[in-house]
Amino acid sequence: MIELETALAIVLLVALTFYALMGGADFGAGVWHLLAHGSSRRDQHRLIGEALGPIWEANHVWLILIVTILFTAFPTAYAQISVTLHIPLTLLVIGIVLRGSAYAFRHYDIQDDEIHVRWDQLFALSSLISPVLLGIIMGTITAGNFSLSPDSFYEGYVLYWVQPFPLAVGILALVLFAYLAAVYLILETSDVQLQEIFRKRAIAAAVFSGLLGEIVFFLGKSGAPYLWGGLTNNIWGGLIILGTVGFTLAAVWFLSTRQYWWARTCAILQVTLTIWAWGVAQFPYLIPPYLTIYNTSSPEFTLQLILFVLLLGALLLFPALIYLFRIFKSRSVFGQHQ
Amino acid sequence: MSDLLAARSLMAMSLGFHIIFAMVSMAMPLLMILAEWRWLKTGQDAYLIIAKRWAKGTAIFFAVGAVTGTVLSFQLGLLWPTFMAWAGPIIGLAFSIEGFAFFTESIFLGIYLYGWRKVSPRAHLAAGGVVALSGVVSGLVVVMANGWMNTPRGFTIVDGMPSNIDPIAALLNPSGLLQAPHMILAAFAATGFAVAGIHAFLLLRHPDNPFHQYAFKIALSVGCVSAILQPLSGDLLAKRVAELQPLKLAVFEGQVQTQQGAPFRMGGIWNSEREVFDYVLEIPYALSLMLHLDPYGEVKGFKDFPKENWPPIGIVRTAFQIMVLIGFLMMFLALWAAWLTFGTRDIFQSKTFLRAMVAATPLGFIATEIGWVATEVGRQPWVVVGYVKTAEAVTPMPGLTVPLIFFGALYTFLALIVTWLMFRHVAATPDQFEMIVSAQAS
Ligand code: HDD
Ligand code: HEM
Ligand code: HEM
Repeated sequence: MIELETALAIVLLVALTFYALMGGADFGAGVWHLLAHGSSRRDQHRLIGEALGPIWEANHVWLILIVTILFTAFPTAYAQISVTLHIPLTLLVIGIVLRGSAYAFRHYDIQDDEIHVRWDQLFALSSLISPVLLGIIMGTITAGNFSLSPDSFYEGYVLYWVQPFPLAVGILALVLFAYLAAVYLILETSDVQLQEIFRKRAIAAAVFSGLLGEIVFFLGKSGAPYLWGGLTNNIWGGLIILGTVGFTLAAVWFLSTRQYWWARTCAILQVTLTIWAWGVAQFPYLIPPYLTIYNTSSPEFTLQLILFVLLLGALLLFPALIYLFRIFKSRSVFGQHQ
Repeated sequence: MSDLLAARSLMAMSLGFHIIFAMVSMAMPLLMILAEWRWLKTGQDAYLIIAKRWAKGTAIFFAVGAVTGTVLSFQLGLLWPTFMAWAGPIIGLAFSIEGFAFFTESIFLGIYLYGWRKVSPRAHLAAGGVVALSGVVSGLVVVMANGWMNTPRGFTIVDGMPSNIDPIAALLNPSGLLQAPHMILAAFAATGFAVAGIHAFLLLRHPDNPFHQYAFKIALSVGCVSAILQPLSGDLLAKRVAELQPLKLAVFEGQVQTQQGAPFRMGGIWNSEREVFDYVLEIPYALSLMLHLDPYGEVKGFKDFPKENWPPIGIVRTAFQIMVLIGFLMMFLALWAAWLTFGTRDIFQSKTFLRAMVAATPLGFIATEIGWVATEVGRQPWVVVGYVKTAEAVTPMPGLTVPLIFFGALYTFLALIVTWLMFRHVAATPDQFEMIVSAQAS
């Protein structure tokens, strides 16, 4: 039997993966909204708006699930993260609030007039900033090494997240999300002109994400020694790195030959593998080197109960999610057009 | 401003803001499906338009509720990390359950909003039902978690740390079990009255518009049923507070000294120097009778408790009084509505009633906000009554006035926009409706 702590760490990783693949792509779509230009600008905006409509609320809940699992199962880690990363976390939630509200103001308003352009801009801008902050937060947690008794405000609340490594992770998160969104959007439309636009963007984002992935990896040598150690000390680490590079190259190939289904599969696998590579390398640390999933975990009974609730919830959630996607994404996700 | 005060104000502000959106997202789905169900039964298009209009408005509230709720789940840690490290293992489970309720709610709201032509009418109505149900579940669970802070259960203290943790006992705490239905009723009463109030206003201008007549009836019936049950549920709750948090109840009721045959007091201003209430109106024996069903029952006074554990007396007592007053006002309006409907059978003819309903539009929301102030400030100086004081739970992060101002500005901005959008929403309705009517007539 696998330990409770490990099981919950795996659940966290699964939820994080879903958040990146679904919620992350929604952020990415916002980025393309901002970058939309040319004669089909309006069509691009419409495509993005329609693709998000029925699903973005549900996609957002993954983040809430992650936070609640964290504070139920690993409460001291949640407390430490909340203290040291107070500033970027606050900025992140402000970004999330503005993005969600702006989207709702734009799309559920009863009248249609000029002000909608402003909501669109706010939506796009906050979509750009939030993923970077999310990446910075993840990067800082990965790097760890927080001082136990900081001497100054700067050391206690700023120092750890204004480092090259977290910033690089922030940009990587943004590019990966944009990459996912571009690949998804190709399959959301049957308009060839739009497909071509997002195909080019997807290729650019794929290449860029591959390069950034390498940069993050090398910055990690000094910036996040535990991660680096976890990735370079064992065979899995090597395979995973090869795998992500392989998926990037394959995705570029499929995009060039317009095999969009395969391209999307590769993009999903690349992002999934990146997250799991991080998870495996980080194991068993939550914030290295002091806080692990073992020394921050709740008592056994709580862990058992939460796992039980999560399993029960999953039985409810996945059929409902499939139902949702069958209704609105039958063509793009389930491929029921050929 | 001290950081502790800034943290408390920020928490209160975020909660007070979120709750408005949460209440609307909890209650509106029921109104929507009632309208849709009427449409399926009668085939009258006005009901369909009502359902669709309400759905669009709800979507805005739901989205703002979702993002402000997200703020809260982070802010619990950002402001009270020590509390969360302490309470997470005990009460965190409630929030994980809530997470799945949010999932179902968001998924089926997506289907409801965008699925009008994509799923069968029955499946669509059922999707609305799931939204309504999961909204109520999430409200129930989070209020039970709050109840645990009032009557902590499910752990024992060993060496200063909670041990023998039982999250189920914690979740099923005695306060929460009665607070939760009181809150759900508040959401339905407040939203029902607010929506009815808006349509009453428009009915005064367009008395014969069936759109507003139907909408008014649906909202009013939901609001009235809840408003009649609300004081009953409040009475049960007050009895429980008397039993388990006697200090809080004494403050609510202005009971300074322990007394047999305590009167029910109305009004009153707390005189902190002489430690008495000035200008109170007393109904003899009524409080003892209410709490113990015995006119000579004993009611504890707050002077029996150490002064350092008193909450701010004036605020708590005033807040509680206003809530109860509003509760009776709303119940009175509900009984009036019932009398008009079943007695004279023409509720739309009474301009006085419609005007009263317009005036009552914000009442439920005011009662809720102020009821929460009574509950939460009445819990001070504790976060977890008897175990953790608020001052011990606050984050070490300095400069909390900065986020306080920032979020204050953010919420003000959102509130203004939402209000303005709702005005547009309401203003747009009659004209478009008349267009459809004339289209059908021709
Ligand atoms: C529409 C809103 C509304 C109305 C009309 C009332 N209440 Fe209320 N009340 C609430 C909305 C509310 C609330 C905001 O939802 C509270 C705050 C905490 C809670 O669970 O519910 C609450 C709390 C609350 C508490 C405190 C519980 C505690 O501190 O643990 C008591 C004793 C009552 N109520 C009693 C009453 C009575 C006797 C009412 C009779 C007329 C009444 N309420 C009307
Ligand atoms: C919408 C409903 C609520 C409102 C309007 C509200 C209001 C308030 C207010 C006014 C305070 C500050 C009290 C003071 O410092 O004097 C406060 C504090 C707090 N509330 Fe609530 N509350 C609500 C619901 C909840 C719920 C559901 C929870 C948790 C599950 C909760 C948790 C807290 C915590 C942790 C604090 C900070 C500690 C404290 O000051 O005691 N509240 N709330
Ligand atoms: C009395 C207090 C509260 C009630 C009755 C309440 C109720 C609700 C309801 C019905 C919703 C769903 C509707 C919507 O998304 O707009 C909601 C959303 C949410 N609430 Fe609250 N809530 C309360 C306090 C809190 C607190 C203290 C927290 C934080 C821990 C919280 C966290 C959330 C979150 C994260 C969401 C968003 C879910 C989503 O994305 O759909 N709520 N709340």
